Amino acid sequence: MCRACPYVHARIAVNMPQQVSCGIILITINKTTPMERCFIRKRLFVLALLLITGNLLLAQTDQDAIMMSKHNFCTGLMYGHSNWDHYWEGTYKRDNLNLGTVSTNSYAVMGNYGITDHLNFLFGVPYIQTKASAGTLHGQKGIQDLSVWLKWLAAEKTFGKHDLSLYLLGGFSTPLSNYTADFLPMSIGLHSTTFSGRLMLDYQHGGFFATGSATYIYRNDITIDRTAYYTTTQVQSNKVDMPDMAAFSLRTGYRSHPLIAEAVVTNMQTLGGFDIRKNDMPFPSNKMNATTIGINGKYEIAKIDGLSLTGGANYVMAGRNVGQATSYNLGVFYIIAFHPKKEHSNQKPSHDTSK
Amino acid sequence: MKKIIHYITIGSFLFLMNAGCNKSVKGRTDNLAPLNPQNIDLNAGTWKTVLLTRPDTFAVTAPAATNSTAYVAELNEIKGYQKNLTGDQEARIRYWAAGGVLRWNELMRELVAKYNLPPYQNADGTYPIPSAANPFAYPLFPFANPPYAARAYAYISAAQYDALVACWYYKKLYNRPAPYKTDNTIISKASQTDLPSYPSEAAVLAGVTAEMMKLLFPTEIAFIQAKATEQETATIMAGAATRSDIVAGEALGRQVAQVFIARARTDNAGKAVGTPADWSNLETTATAKGETPWYSLEVPKRPPMLPLFGKVTPFLFDTATVSALRPPPPPSTSSAQMKQETEEIHELITNPARENIRIVQFWADGVGTYTPAGHWDAIAAADFITKNFSEVRWARDMALLNMSLMDAAIVCWNTKFFYFNPRPTQMNPVIKTLTGIPNFPAYISGHSTFSGAAATILGYIVTERAAAYTAMAQEASFSRMAGGIHYRSDCAIGLQVGANIGNYAVTRARNDGADK
Repeated sequence: MCRACPYVHARIAVNMPQQVSCGIILITINKTTPMERCFIRKRLFVLALLLITGNLLLAQTDQDAIMMSKHNFCTGLMYGHSNWDHYWEGTYKRDNLNLGTVSTNSYAVMGNYGITDHLNFLFGVPYIQTKASAGTLHGQKGIQDLSVWLKWLAAEKTFGKHDLSLYLLGGFSTPLSNYTADFLPMSIGLHSTTFSGRLMLDYQHGGFFATGSATYIYRNDITIDRTAYYTTTQVQSNKVDMPDMAAFSLRTGYRSHPLIAEAVVTNMQTLGGFDIRKNDMPFPSNKMNATTIGINGKYEIAKIDGLSLTGGANYVMAGRNVGQATSYNLGVFYIIAFHPKKEHSNQKPSHDTSK
Repeated sequence: MKKIIHYITIGSFLFLMNAGCNKSVKGRTDNLAPLNPQNIDLNAGTWKTVLLTRPDTFAVTAPAATNSTAYVAELNEIKGYQKNLTGDQEARIRYWAAGGVLRWNELMRELVAKYNLPPYQNADGTYPIPSAANPFAYPLFPFANPPYAARAYAYISAAQYDALVACWYYKKLYNRPAPYKTDNTIISKASQTDLPSYPSEAAVLAGVTAEMMKLLFPTEIAFIQAKATEQETATIMAGAATRSDIVAGEALGRQVAQVFIARARTDNAGKAVGTPADWSNLETTATAKGETPWYSLEVPKRPPMLPLFGKVTPFLFDTATVSALRPPPPPSTSSAQMKQETEEIHELITNPARENIRIVQFWADGVGTYTPAGHWDAIAAADFITKNFSEVRWARDMALLNMSLMDAAIVCWNTKFFYFNPRPTQMNPVIKTLTGIPNFPAYISGHSTFSGAAATILGYIVTERAAAYTAMAQEASFSRMAGGIHYRSDCAIGLQVGANIGNYAVTRARNDGADK
């Protein structure tokens, strides 16, 4: 019997904010031998990288994408670390000896439940700590934002050995604690409630796969502790208009038995916002953009059914108003079946059931 | 069945998403009603001025009669505008009708925030100094840090006040009614009052402010001039002034400004940056006294902010009084009390409560903000709006507040560089801060001194809010301890010194003729 746990992946981004990377990895395993299919099952994993912008790191998570089969619940813990000692002040790349290296650690609980074979519910909640190695700024810590996603395998089609699937995802995130967003780069998050829509297309041929996704993130106003602030103009309010964001990811990889590996490129764009001025402090509504490359992997422990380990590393290649973060993560996930009568191994891969 | 589950789930999700959307940031003074003074203060021409020796120091010629051809032509200009006002023009009329002193103060706060950025270091670890002679080169002139800003607000406010006293003097003297009074086909788009319109108070404000700005924010002259023209045009379109009311007002304002500019050029602010010799002398003096001298906690080490600002000429008292207002020394850096006060801050900053973080952030007023003086102006403006003051009283009250804040900056800076004592983080590097650490000595706290002064004069002006101002000042003061950047002594004594300074403004206010 075999199961794979899709995981929700927390990414820690750092922005000088932090960056959020938004990406999703979807590994679909369809065209495999029966044994492989049994092992990996269904569509398995989507990893979403969410970059959060902000300095925070993020912890956001989420996503993952594998479809869990009906009434199966995959849950796990993920640790993430990121750090940067250079950042982009607008388009100007610099260091800051009064910050040194800004590092973030995150510890996230994540889960994915199969409402049906084609519809999954995912969530993630991170605890985040930030720290600067130089200067006097005080680190921040706390529970950041709850992220939830609904993931729907909307369509799939097989052409010979080629398999194409379309996913639609809707996401929601909201702060779980009253942390301050207006203390970048030390803040643990941007404190905005967000709504996301994502379109994801996956192609698979044998063990090879490629997945592309595009995400639109609507961000609510945030409330800060100050009653006025300067962006490109003075605003006399404690509310901050957060520009929406768009994120794109492309990932590709290969899967063999216990191991799945992928490479990913993500790009996140703030649709509006403003640049940090020379030697100014960052602000939550800055135009935080980042292009990130990374690798991710997942390994299933053969001796314990349902248990898997995940790991990844990412690096910001180019950015604007974000830190040039290097980040790592490690996770452990386990699948709990609430449907004992229906063994995973007996199920057909989801793409088959939809035909 | 599965499909139904899908649709219901996805549908509810979309519904929740729509229901929760929220984007609606508006400034709190975006939609104010026109200023409708409870009292037009017709006798304000007799109020005590700050620098002008007489309200008629600058002559304003008598206006044309309201039945003259020239005047009728001016009314026709207004009618022409009012025939075809665009939405944008109407919006500008509403914006300026809320009050010229208010709007110029808001614009000042915006400029201060825009220019409140410490220069980025040179490659060799030194720092460039903004130059008034070359204001467009990086670093832009000015660096509108707290002392610079306090002085700028004070000069603008005091000059506006003197100019409006002169304006009121001529209004009463010539007594020319507003256009909406002389011609009933002209609609008043602002409030209707019995205040004579010659010379126009709006134009006086535009002229005096535009002229002062040439000195204070030289890179923004074009921006300010556009605003001045906008205010004057809006006032004509509103039916509140004719072209000749405007022309006379602007000229008067610009003349009054020259008196203040002349003072500003010789008030020692230009020398406040000091020289490397001055900087090292401060350290030597403190060491000679057996104290640990302050040093910059920035990397690379930055010269202290305006170390000679304590020698600037104050508005409310003379230079000798600055020394008299300077408090006794702080606890010695080697004393048990200093050790205990440092430990108190260490404890406060370890696992800070969210409420303390809120207080720190609320009052931080650091880099990129309008500074503590601007914050107190914002607090005052919010209350003055509710009082329906005339423009001249708005100007008087803002001048009292901002002269207090500037003089608080002078006494505070004088004290800081007289004692030159270290920040808590210098005494114990474990102390991390919840806001940027200011680059100047600790004793006495600038926030506390500013706030003590502001709360005192505001408590006199808006009596019913006196207790609230005191509470705000105490919170502002505490915010610096909670932020990890000041000791209790800095804050407690700063509040007292500030209150002493504020009392000079109160004395002035009791005797300037406005509250008779």
